[in-house]
Amino acid sequence: MALATNTKRGIVTAALVAPALAWLFIFLVLPFIAILVFSVGERAPEGGYQAAFTFAQFANLPSRAAAYWNTLILAPVGSFLCLIIAYPVAYYLAVKASPRYRLILVSLVVVPFWTSLLVRTYAWMYLLGSRGIPNLLGMIGIEDVRILNTPGAVLLGIVYGYLPLMIMPIYVSLEKLDRRLLEASADLGAKPVSTFFSVTLPLSLPGVMTGLALVTILLLGEYLIPQLLGGGKVFFIGNALVDLFLQSRNWPFGSAIAVTLVVVVVLVLLIAMRIAWRIAGTKQVDLV
Amino acid sequence: MRAFISAVYLFLYAPIALVVLFSFNAGRSASEFTGFSTMWYGKALDNTFLVAALQNSLIIALTSAALAAIFGTMAALGMERLRPGARAVLDGLLAAAIVVPGVVIGIATLVALVEVFSFLNPVLASIWPGGNPPQLGLGYGSIVAAHGLFSMALVTMIVKARIASLGRDIVEASSDLYATPLTTFRLVVLPQILPSILAGFLLAFTFSFDDFIIAFFVAGSKTTLPIYVFASIRRGVTPEINAIATLVLVASLMMILIARILMREKKPTN
Repeated sequence: MALATNTKRGIVTAALVAPALAWLFIFLVLPFIAILVFSVGERAPEGGYQAAFTFAQFANLPSRAAAYWNTLILAPVGSFLCLIIAYPVAYYLAVKASPRYRLILVSLVVVPFWTSLLVRTYAWMYLLGSRGIPNLLGMIGIEDVRILNTPGAVLLGIVYGYLPLMIMPIYVSLEKLDRRLLEASADLGAKPVSTFFSVTLPLSLPGVMTGLALVTILLLGEYLIPQLLGGGKVFFIGNALVDLFLQSRNWPFGSAIAVTLVVVVVLVLLIAMRIAWRIAGTKQVDLV
Repeated sequence: MRAFISAVYLFLYAPIALVVLFSFNAGRSASEFTGFSTMWYGKALDNTFLVAALQNSLIIALTSAALAAIFGTMAALGMERLRPGARAVLDGLLAAAIVVPGVVIGIATLVALVEVFSFLNPVLASIWPGGNPPQLGLGYGSIVAAHGLFSMALVTMIVKARIASLGRDIVEASSDLYATPLTTFRLVVLPQILPSILAGFLLAFTFSFDDFIIAFFVAGSKTTLPIYVFASIRRGVTPEINAIATLVLVASLMMILIARILMREKKPTN
């Protein structure tokens, strides 16, 4: 009887997770194995793939060094810029804002993140283009300002696109903070500034780490922002991948780059989790 | 501090507001407002390519979000019954589905599907009775599959968090009162997790509707709305794109607002 119940329970459990497992296997595991295989293959003369076992594709990676440098510099820099702006906002929302308006203010931060990044990046293409801000600057005598297609424009787009994602985890960690600790610190004679640096900031570090990790990881695979605001001059690994797969049709080389991108993402994630655990002293890290 | 906060909100919303404003421009210019008009909306909706792209996007977003909601919820329910080892494997795969960059998901799906199709199509042709064997190719199916991967992981995470906050006692109370597991699920568990399933569905819909990069790789000859917008942007900035952008904004705005209202309902249980 007990055995029969157990078997039945096992069948139900298996039936519940089977579709998800199948989907993950067919559209995540299998495709990843495919690009691993492609990455050690050769390019067929007409483009596409020819079976081989060679590390030539990986040896060729330095030819795309510029994409790697741009990504590996601008992604963390953009992420830190987001942090500098996001922290005061998160602090204000969690600690200073009146509870009456808090919910609506928080919603106003979240909503842009879930609206089309393409449209939001287009907005800046529009603003930075020759008829936008440079045009206005021209009217007041500052001629020939080019903002579009510079690293600065890409960074601006990054901050604009990912600021909400940085604000949220910091806000969550600050909101959870026990107010009595702040009162205790004040009662013990600490000035507000020293309370902030010795109590508030350390306790919000898990949120800061989560935000930095999330934004950096998403930026590593970014395509749209450098494409639209960098105009082919400031390109990321994502742009190199689109070029290799959809224009020059060098799939094996593109696969090798895709594999390295995943490796970088995993490394960043592991480092972030390491630091977060050390800060929090637990293994509990909120990702959303 | 208040000035800084206001500046940040202005920074977040002013560019969007300008895009919306110029979608109502009477002139062709994207920088000089010459009068109020809705002509660009009319123009956009008369554009058959655009309407087809919108239709494709809606079909893909609905299908992938529905499948993700069903399979994701099932997985969330099943996972708490799994042994810890098996659960960790599934957790890892779901996390990977969320963390791996969209551009890699797009490429990997493209590469794998092209290989599978180039193997299956000749096989199909040889065993197909009669003249016209079906040709497998990229299209709706491949986009739905690739979008569904991320969406399903997202729904699983949201519903799992909701189930974890439920507490076992109501389920036990229900079975103490002689409800069968199915009845307990229908009358006790499902009503409690339904808002989070719906929220997951809406977020999944929004994700799919807004995604450009994955669809760019696996769409084949199909055009989704973001692919159409991207292509138009490269041809030049016009108020018509602003009109389309505004419609896209309004659509995702509604989805996210409803999702947030649904997700907020989880508070009262504690």
